Amino acid sequence: MLKNLLIVVVEADTDRAQSIADGLAETGDHDIRIVAEQSSLARRVAELRPDVVLIDIADPSRDILEELALASGPAERPVAMFVDRSDEQLTRSAIEAGISAYVVDGLRPDRIKPIIDAAVARFHMLQQLRAELAATRAALEERKIVDRAKAVLMKARGMDEAEAYALLRKTAMDQGKRIGEIAQQLVTAAGLLGR
Amino acid sequence: MRLRLGYIPLIDAAPLIVAHELGFAAEEGLTLDLVRLGAWAQSRDMLGAGLIDAAHMLVPMPIGQALGLGPRLPDFDLVMFLAHGGQAVAISAGIEQRLRAEGHGFDFSDARAAGLALRRAAPGRLRVGVPFTFSTQLELIRHWLTGCGFRPDDLRLKTVPPPMMADALAADEIDAFCVGEPWASFAVERGIAALLLPGPAIWASPPEKGLVLRRDFAVTRPDQTGALMRAIWRAGRWLDEPDHRGTAAEILSRPDYLDLPAELAERGLTGRLLISTGGEVRSVPNFLAFNAGAASFPWKSLAALIARSIAVRHDLAPDAAMRRAMTHFRTDLYRQHLRPAGASLPGASLRVEGMIEAERVVAAERGQMTLRADRFFDGFVFEPPGESPDTSASQD
Repeated sequence: MLKNLLIVVVEADTDRAQSIADGLAETGDHDIRIVAEQSSLARRVAELRPDVVLIDIADPSRDILEELALASGPAERPVAMFVDRSDEQLTRSAIEAGISAYVVDGLRPDRIKPIIDAAVARFHMLQQLRAELAATRAALEERKIVDRAKAVLMKARGMDEAEAYALLRKTAMDQGKRIGEIAQQLVTAAGLLGR
Repeated sequence: MRLRLGYIPLIDAAPLIVAHELGFAAEEGLTLDLVRLGAWAQSRDMLGAGLIDAAHMLVPMPIGQALGLGPRLPDFDLVMFLAHGGQAVAISAGIEQRLRAEGHGFDFSDARAAGLALRRAAPGRLRVGVPFTFSTQLELIRHWLTGCGFRPDDLRLKTVPPPMMADALAADEIDAFCVGEPWASFAVERGIAALLLPGPAIWASPPEKGLVLRRDFAVTRPDQTGALMRAIWRAGRWLDEPDHRGTAAEILSRPDYLDLPAELAERGLTGRLLISTGGEVRSVPNFLAFNAGAASFPWKSLAALIARSIAVRHDLAPDAAMRRAMTHFRTDLYRQHLRPAGASLPGASLRVEGMIEAERVVAAERGQMTLRADRFFDGFVFEPPGESPDTSASQD
């Protein structure tokens, strides 16, 4: 019977951290801990002595883990760098997904692989969600600004809503710009002119 | 041809950003995709995986990698320096008060006086933040403080990501830090730190960042390697015109790059630093250099100097480490690719480090050239071992 692994997920966003933890839980009965506080990262990792640490590749606190990985005393050396002992494809797919993993020295690759695979899948999913959220938010913002631009035109030129929209769209097409940009310019100009 | 370049948001990423923004890359037929990164380890991993083609890296990083102290990745080579200097040492408000009470004048230039005063003001253990295990900042701090009466055991050097230095100081996790601009000025601006010394007061020309490529990239794509090096070299030459530093600050501070007020980026770029919340300003000539005085030439002797220091700390044989590291500083590629651009090329690729008191004119490959001052505050000189006959790829 293989012993369960202690996995630390470093992630400040609670929902995101939980989602990754849920994904990992499907790979086995592991003990999963979430560390959200950057400042306590070094201390927490030294205390917990996890088998695996998962962290966003772009997280600046990774550089703190690098120091831990190189520290000489055994008590201070909870993790060795994962890329040392795993196959290149796994490393690459993790890096591409934006995830880095630190794995305790001597852990067998067949035990690591399902964990990394699950983390990669969750990271991909979260990235997609994040991109969708950003796109939705941008679309909402754009609609708000177009509505305000329409209102400016309706008031200043006595147009109805359809005419105002048509004018915005035509101007955008003539200038090769997005309608949101033209609307933003109009709203800014109207603000400057106090209208 | 498109190349992806990774950089960390610091003022010494300027040569990459300027090469892109002012068309030096386009002149060489290159389109640069500049990728802003969050961690030094990310830069290393992405370069290793081929997700970026070249990286703005701390000079000691490819050395640590060459010595087997990083993950197993394809060989990295440093082909030119991007910047010298640009670092500052900041101290907590508490230590500042003690130093002032003791009569320290904050002249921002006398490293020995500052170091001895710090030793008296912080009699116990001193916790100092540095940005990475393999960093010029760490080398500077160790050299300076061990030269001013601190024993290695008195120093606790802690990795703190640059944007978090100010917070770590405020939270009393560290007593001082050494970091590249704009992050030292940022802590002063927050009202929680004073600047004690600029990096060049400790070592007149500390090599800070380099352009690092995978060796297989440089071998299989020599034309692009050369084009990239020339574009960045010309950007560095542009940046070293004093009139251009203000413009550079404007460009760097944009949301796409550093995303900070231009005034903050300008301090390091012009070498006029606000050192305390009391409004004291100090001017540091040669605070940050990109190109002048052969600044970009990747002396193999500097690889050896840093490798010896890393080897001693990590229980590796210093001689082998120095020889290994020297093969990763590619003076050969520098000569090959920058000769056509008109770069001054020294006759040798190794020299005794720390010998140049003031800017000096020396014989070059052709004619003469000027070399930057490179003295250490304590007169330390470093004699590198003879050049290794083996300049081929490293073996494990």
